[in-house]
Amino acid sequence: MANKPKVPGIIKGLGITMKTAVETMFPDGLLRPPSPSKGASTVQYPHEKEEPVARARGVIALKEDNCTSCMLCARECPDWCIYIEAHKTLAPPRREGGKPRSVNALDRFDIDYSLCMYCGICVEVCPFEALFWSPEYEYSEVRIQDLLHDKSRLDEWMETVPDFEPLEAGSEVKVKKVPR
Amino acid sequence: MIQAVLHPMFGLELAYWQETIIRVLLGLVALLLLTGGAVYLYLFKFVSFMQSRLGPMEAGPYGSMQLLAEVGKWLQKEDIFTEDSDKFIFGIAPAVVLASTFLMFVVIPAGPSAVVADLGTGIYFVLAMSSLSVIGILMAGWASANKYALMGALRAGGQLIAYELPLVLAVLGVVISAGSLNLQDIVAAQSDGAIFGWTGIGNPYILTQIVGFGIFLIAVQAELTQTPFDMPIAESELVAGYQVEYTGIRFLVYFIAEFATAVAFAAVASTLFLGGWQLPGAWGLSDGAMNVIGPLMISTKAVLLVGVVFWVRFSLPRFREDQLQKLAWKVLIPLALANIVVTGVMKVVF
Amino acid sequence: MTAVTDRQKLQYIAAKAADSRVNVELETEGMILNMGPQHPATHGTLRIVAKLDGEQVVAAEPIAGYMHRGYEKLTEVRTYPQITALVNRIDWLGSFANEVPFILASEQLMGIEAPPRAQWIRTLLFEMSRVANLILFLGDMGVQLGAVTPAFFAFRDREFVLDQIEAVTGGRFHPNFDRIGGLKDDLPKGWLAETKNVMNKVRSFCDQIEGLLMNAEVFATRTRGIGVIPADVAMQYGLSGANARASGIDWDLRRDAPFGFVYPELDWKVWTHPDGDSFARFWVRLQEVRESTKMIDQICDGVPGGPIMAKVPRIIKVPAGEAYVTTENPLGEMGFYIVSKGELAPFRVKIRSASFNNVSITPWLLRGVYVPDIITILASLYFILGDIDR
Repeated sequence: MANKPKVPGIIKGLGITMKTAVETMFPDGLLRPPSPSKGASTVQYPHEKEEPVARARGVIALKEDNCTSCMLCARECPDWCIYIEAHKTLAPPRREGGKPRSVNALDRFDIDYSLCMYCGICVEVCPFEALFWSPEYEYSEVRIQDLLHDKSRLDEWMETVPDFEPLEAGSEVKVKKVPR
Repeated sequence: MIQAVLHPMFGLELAYWQETIIRVLLGLVALLLLTGGAVYLYLFKFVSFMQSRLGPMEAGPYGSMQLLAEVGKWLQKEDIFTEDSDKFIFGIAPAVVLASTFLMFVVIPAGPSAVVADLGTGIYFVLAMSSLSVIGILMAGWASANKYALMGALRAGGQLIAYELPLVLAVLGVVISAGSLNLQDIVAAQSDGAIFGWTGIGNPYILTQIVGFGIFLIAVQAELTQTPFDMPIAESELVAGYQVEYTGIRFLVYFIAEFATAVAFAAVASTLFLGGWQLPGAWGLSDGAMNVIGPLMISTKAVLLVGVVFWVRFSLPRFREDQLQKLAWKVLIPLALANIVVTGVMKVVF
Repeated sequence: MTAVTDRQKLQYIAAKAADSRVNVELETEGMILNMGPQHPATHGTLRIVAKLDGEQVVAAEPIAGYMHRGYEKLTEVRTYPQITALVNRIDWLGSFANEVPFILASEQLMGIEAPPRAQWIRTLLFEMSRVANLILFLGDMGVQLGAVTPAFFAFRDREFVLDQIEAVTGGRFHPNFDRIGGLKDDLPKGWLAETKNVMNKVRSFCDQIEGLLMNAEVFATRTRGIGVIPADVAMQYGLSGANARASGIDWDLRRDAPFGFVYPELDWKVWTHPDGDSFARFWVRLQEVRESTKMIDQICDGVPGGPIMAKVPRIIKVPAGEAYVTTENPLGEMGFYIVSKGELAPFRVKIRSASFNNVSITPWLLRGVYVPDIITILASLYFILGDIDR
């Protein structure tokens, strides 16, 4: 197909790229000094970091006091990456003169983040609100074994869990509170 | 010039061969510096700004040492020869391409006497040397024993030879206007000329030869195998075309050759059309001063033109091979021929 | 917009004639070019073995399967919420759209209907996944043709859409948000206003792409008349989505079978193009992005209040039966056929993916084209390998 480049189309395209270049170099207009770091759409990662949103699925935190080792999360995980071991102990009775209650005490609660696919089914399924999402994402390790987070490490993540946000108008869902 | 500088300073009388070596070294240094600057400025920074990002920022302040880092990286890579490849030809193909670039730079003047060799047939020599790179590309494609490389090289051969003609014909218009093939004479003709009697900025041929300038730039884009004419290196199909089997130093040589050729062609274009190393207008500066200012002038003009080349490269999609050829044979060559006829008539009439 | 020219008709007739020729002629003439599983142009691990005669293709065969992950077998041992999490990864660019036909089919089996607010927000996220997917197509088409800059613009503007999806679902690429009976969670405050803002940016991106890529004469010469698919051939091969609409077939499941969505309540139109070449496919998808942004604006204004989830038992056991639901996904028509025997996991799930049928036309289509045109045609057909291979 013979083509004679008509001037408009290609020149307009060149104009668009030049406009983007100028916008990146002079984000405050041509009269101020150039500052490409401000005009570019990228973030210089190790030096500046973006804040992920509150609901971002970064890492799962465990509130050990709420967990009763019902094993629902371990069962529902599509990858079976949660390892739970518990034993029964006796807890003091709720009232004076009552029977001692038998409760589950957690021995081991590990989440293997090398398997986890960040689907959130465990957090959703937990009936006792012991698991929470946190937007932390900088926990990469050199050895793969270190990606197995044990109970204490999961407890540390609880500090980074943000509060649940208020919802849009018209919503009938009750906003829950994160137990601290 | 070198005699003029060194004789008073050191009392040296240089023989011709010693002077030539110094000129060649200075020329090489100038070319490599310009290439490095063009690469950093355009390939790393300008294209990044066009794409709304910052480009390399870590190596050196604002990424200025990135090119050195890349050179170091390529130098320490393993030099691989595929089993079926023709080893000798595969090995020297990059050298052929680089040699043609350096040879092109030999005649480009950067001042009244700042030129490596002031040949009488300057522009003819430049165009002849630029065609040598085709041989290097075909050698690379065939010796790689790789179907993709072969296809890229064949496309390159067809494209480069086809676009030589508009290149040469566009230059002929300038040669007719200046009346000489010598590049220093062309620069002088531009600075001494007059536009309708006004000698303010001389007579840069971009004004009278605007069609020739356009054709020259398009042909240069094709000679450099840059988008929209980068079928030989079509990245999304052939993944680097004829360069695909090269690693290490040899790939680095291709990389440098591509940018050095861009700078060389831009320097040629600024000599032919923008007035070369002369300042616009008659400033009456001495030859010695012009030998220092001249290189700066032509560097600036060349870098600007390289900018245009890369601006077009990163904005447009690529042509298919047969559309490329149609553009060259059916559009550019007739235009260039018409340009020559009109220039000849105007030269005789006025 | 031109009608099919005589040249295109001749090309079609020549292709049909080539049909009979290849059957008779003996094998191996010319060069066999293997555009192997690793290739920048094939959107993933698709392998195309092409027999070339110079630069012209004599025969081409796509070989898929390098990314087969065994979805249909996996679903036999997973519960419904787990399958929802997995299914995100079939078409990873418009990932919310993969969950929807599965959830709709399960809801059909269970006899549950999602409340209106959930249906509106489901439609909203469905359209947003379409916008995210097609923005990438617009940029990627430029890359395949040699213009690298539009791709960067595409990724930059796609980030805004992904940020919005992350703000509500928690995941940029794999939302895992649809549930049987509704959605997992409700929208955070200020999300609807921000989404309308983002859609403005997407519209300006579409204008940029139009000016930079579509109006460049180079683009027109590279795509007009290349890879013409007549309407009857498109229907025989089961093309769907924008590929079919670009050949003039006026078929859009959002208008013709909007089961579970709120499309009948919105004011929108279906875009078709009579030509059926690569330019038409690009043009149709560009207009679809613009139309989707308008739809999203309308939905943002019209989301009703109410519950986000219907009454659903905790442990989901879908009653025995079969259901098949197809939806208009960004890539084409995607369908889930669920056979359930009343247990926790389905007995069999068959996934009808759009890209598998879209890529099946390549042997017919690639005959007689030049090698660079292979790239253009594959780029314009727009398939995702995860969708072909599942």
